[in-house]
Amino acid sequence: MFKALLKPITDLRAWIRGWSGGLGRRKIPTQIIQLGVIFLAVGVGMFVMRQKFVPETFGDLGHYRGAAVAANAALEPRYSGWQECAICHPDKVETKNKSFHRTVSCEACHGPASDHANRPMRLRPELPVGREPCLACHRYLVSRPTGFPQVIEERHNPVRACTSCHDAHDPTPPERIQECSACHNTIARSKAVSPHAPLDCEVCHEAPAEHKVQPRAHVPKKPFEREFCGTCHAREATPPELIRGVDLTVYEIPRIDLTTHGGTFVCWQCHYQHSPEAR
Amino acid sequence: MSQTYDRRKFLAEMLKFPPATIVLGVIGPVKLLAAAGADEDGYEPTEHYYAMGIRVEECIGCGKCVQACKLENDVPEEPFYFRTWVERYIVYTDGEVQVDSPNGGMEGFPPVADDTFPPVAAGKEILRTFFVPKLCNHCDNPPCVQVCPVGATFKSQDGVVLVDEDYCIGCRYCIQACPYGARFLDPRTHTANKCTFCYHRITKGLLPACVEVCPTQARVFGEIGDRSTPLNRMMRMSHLEVLKPHMNTEPKVYYTALDGEVR
Repeated sequence: MFKALLKPITDLRAWIRGWSGGLGRRKIPTQIIQLGVIFLAVGVGMFVMRQKFVPETFGDLGHYRGAAVAANAALEPRYSGWQECAICHPDKVETKNKSFHRTVSCEACHGPASDHANRPMRLRPELPVGREPCLACHRYLVSRPTGFPQVIEERHNPVRACTSCHDAHDPTPPERIQECSACHNTIARSKAVSPHAPLDCEVCHEAPAEHKVQPRAHVPKKPFEREFCGTCHAREATPPELIRGVDLTVYEIPRIDLTTHGGTFVCWQCHYQHSPEAR
Repeated sequence: MSQTYDRRKFLAEMLKFPPATIVLGVIGPVKLLAAAGADEDGYEPTEHYYAMGIRVEECIGCGKCVQACKLENDVPEEPFYFRTWVERYIVYTDGEVQVDSPNGGMEGFPPVADDTFPPVAAGKEILRTFFVPKLCNHCDNPPCVQVCPVGATFKSQDGVVLVDEDYCIGCRYCIQACPYGARFLDPRTHTANKCTFCYHRITKGLLPACVEVCPTQARVFGEIGDRSTPLNRMMRMSHLEVLKPHMNTEPKVYYTALDGEVR
């Protein structure tokens, strides 16, 4: 078995010996020829293995496949960058870039927009709705840097979408408070779920415009007599059909006899006007 | 027929060596240049050297960067795999340090205990608290590259540490070696995965996705060197620190206002 394996080597040795002998040189010793053949075989083997196992571009740029760099660079971006948005929406980008949100990229709120940039009509980017997208950055957290505008969501006009007062592209807070609920939030919340929900605050409270600027110097009026509630709730009263755009005829208004109901008490000693429980 | 190999002949033979070395010496660099210059769109990697800056004092912990990174790079959604993540540090007055990163900070952070002012959490007073975004530091002396047995992770010519996904054997040595925990094994391909500085974006002239969406510019991207980039400005104007400098990895993610408690 071993001899059979060695046969090619023996043959080659005989051939080399014959060849060298034919040239009339000094004979090369057998051991040297054998060693030479083995070295040659190992050398060729290593060369073949290197060709086979080392990847094509390995070592071109360093101890790695050069092609891997291109493979890493070949991915397609999904975020296109705000400059891409500015091509079609220059107005929005211009407004934003002058506002407090100038450092906020479009895709920070609207999500990745590469697909949208490639097929604008088919694939729409996200439209953030409600409070959560804004609160992701503006919810009060102790760890946020001092000076970064934050709100405590339970106290800052709850339930209302941020965009009803702030423009997301130019979020400067409104200079003047627009809604009573901005300050009188507890009252607004009770009233919102009460039978008095359709009534504006101004139906009962006469508030001077300056109250929104200097709340303590210009205090709004409160009703102070039974007859005020009676304008709607007295048995014989004919309440106006429309109060500030609210059609009152669809509501069944509870009626009482002002002369017998409640004696000498005023209404708000038993009923809380912002959530009147009696029906 | 003479069998002697005399000195004259020997010297004559030796004269052939210098030209041979010159020829071989030229072939190597030419091949190298051809490989480097063959990139598309005229992007020349040898002309860039990328790095990132993180301004800890600006980070609001919104987690937009983590979301964008996952979307941009197709990172597995499970809350275990991150190429970048945000940590919240809370240092209490008694010296205790609490670090958390719920889902990598991807959906933001829950308020601590109750939002009182001055801040109190778990009945203890908070001394200071802040967010620290983390990612692969793209070390100039990367331990992960040293340990890779097959040469599947490497530092590219533009200074970005990349993974050769087709050549990685998934042995996890690099994950063990990284002192920053920036690597993970992709459960789908069973290969190492990590931040690439969004290599596919920066080579096209775009910013990395996390830098693009960062609303407060807490992340600054640019190049080290003569080129004027936002990063160069930040590095000139701020006191810089890196994570684990004693590891001698020479990170290329530079932090400003980094607290001593950050590990």
